[in-house]
Amino acid sequence: MSSLTTTPFATPRPSAASLPRADRDPAWARWILTAVALLFLAFFLVLPLALVFAQALEKGVGYYLASIREPDALSAIRLTLLTVAIVVPANVVFGVAAAWAIAKFKFPGKSLLTTLIDLPFAVSPVISGLVYVLVFGAQGWFGPWLIRHDIRIIFAVPGIILATAFVTFPFVARELIPLMQAQGTDEELSAVTLGASGWQTFWRVTLPNIRWGLFYGVILCNARAMGEFGAVSVVSGHIRGETNTMPLHVEILYNDYNIVAAFAVASLLALLALATLAIKTAIEWRTRGRA
Amino acid sequence: MASPRNSRSILPGFGLSLGFTLAYLGLIVLIPLSAAFVKTAGMGLHEFVSVVTSPRVIAAYKLSFGASLAAGFVNMVFGLIVAWVLVRYPFPGRRIIDALVDLPFALPTAVAGIALTSLYSANGWIGRWLEPFGIRVAFTWTGVFVALTFIGLPFVVRTVQPVLQELEPEIEEAAACLGANRWQAITRVILPELAPSLLTGFALAFARALGEYGSVVFISGNMPMKTEIVPLMIITKLEQYDYSGATAIAVVMLVSSFLLLLFINLLQKWSRRHQAI
Repeated sequence: MSSLTTTPFATPRPSAASLPRADRDPAWARWILTAVALLFLAFFLVLPLALVFAQALEKGVGYYLASIREPDALSAIRLTLLTVAIVVPANVVFGVAAAWAIAKFKFPGKSLLTTLIDLPFAVSPVISGLVYVLVFGAQGWFGPWLIRHDIRIIFAVPGIILATAFVTFPFVARELIPLMQAQGTDEELSAVTLGASGWQTFWRVTLPNIRWGLFYGVILCNARAMGEFGAVSVVSGHIRGETNTMPLHVEILYNDYNIVAAFAVASLLALLALATLAIKTAIEWRTRGRA
Repeated sequence: MASPRNSRSILPGFGLSLGFTLAYLGLIVLIPLSAAFVKTAGMGLHEFVSVVTSPRVIAAYKLSFGASLAAGFVNMVFGLIVAWVLVRYPFPGRRIIDALVDLPFALPTAVAGIALTSLYSANGWIGRWLEPFGIRVAFTWTGVFVALTFIGLPFVVRTVQPVLQELEPEIEEAAACLGANRWQAITRVILPELAPSLLTGFALAFARALGEYGSVVFISGNMPMKTEIVPLMIITKLEQYDYSGATAIAVVMLVSSFLLLLFINLLQKWSRRHQAI
């Protein structure tokens, strides 16, 4: 084609370095592919991220600070932190227990158990909230009993915590299971043979070995727990100052056309996402450097 | 030496850890999920079918499946290019770009939702350049597609990248020695090697897109019959206190995502076998 057209830059100059070879991409292909990839990422990742901060600061730093210090925003931040403070430790205990059982012992049904642990990832967040409404809602399985004893789970804080626990359920376990399987049982066996108790073995041998994987899982679990929207939206009831988490508060502000305040609170969540990515990358470099 | 089975059993804590795992799994995941199926079982087949095939719900299936498929395909093409560039072409800032690819996993969906909506609305940073051409993204099918593309972006990159890294340069050199040109080497040698991971990434992105809610509801505009996604239909039914209707649609979605999960597991087995050769 290039021999028919007279475009000045399309004619390839046959020198040894630029001769078309089957195991190397020509320079023009490298440039075009790199440009396409970077443009795609710029449009889909960089622009939305930049827009969050630009909109948040549109009315100046004073307005920004006022938006995130406003009482409803503060109560949303508190509720989000409370949820994380309960959900993340619970999922860490579960993740460690599940990985210990799956990686260190042989038992029938192990692969089924591993699949079931991943199940929440396959469920739409909206459904994760819905199922708790079916169990604890006014018309649900335990609804009448809960109403009689004046316990509120749905449209209250416990529902938010349960739905968040469901959505973030697999994060720690799925980091630890492959890691502990790869590490095997030799070190723990030596410790036990030398007279260490089960807890000593866990705290002094297993935990130091898995600490980076555990930290990695905690970081991912934490990010998802703070940012969960769909599941929490179903069970929260959207009571301002009471059952609003940060993402729900963003939604309310946005739907009230309070765009700048919405993006101000959203920018906190975006910063959390950036911090998560930074820590995650740092752990990956560290563990890759050791391997 | 003791047999592996005996040597394993001297480690303590099996009963405790497995017991806790099963109890927590049952309480948090399995019992609540089973509630959806129990609720639907008590519904009667006729009512179930009439709910899940009502015109408004069918329109939502079409939108959710169509836009998720389209977003999956776009991500398959661009995800392959991004993975290729990240693995093969060193350029300044590559590590930062590499880390940024995971942004859709880390950024809360509601934040992504309002950011994309502002970006593509008629006076937004991108929307205002499309408006003169009569192209509307926010509050249309295209908006749903854009949000689902964002949400599925990391999947293909992250499934293809490790396979591409493991790919031995010798096979490309061999193709060259045997007289293949670059295009032949890519289409006949490299792409077949990448096919299982490409498909896995596509299926993962598709599955995620089907259930996605937060990033879509803001940009979709939620017009009945036009821009309502399936998860929104569940929310709508719930807001009308139609719990059995909401659950019926949820069960249809759960069954389709379980089937997808099964398909993805088979794909991953296939790709593992593929890599082993």
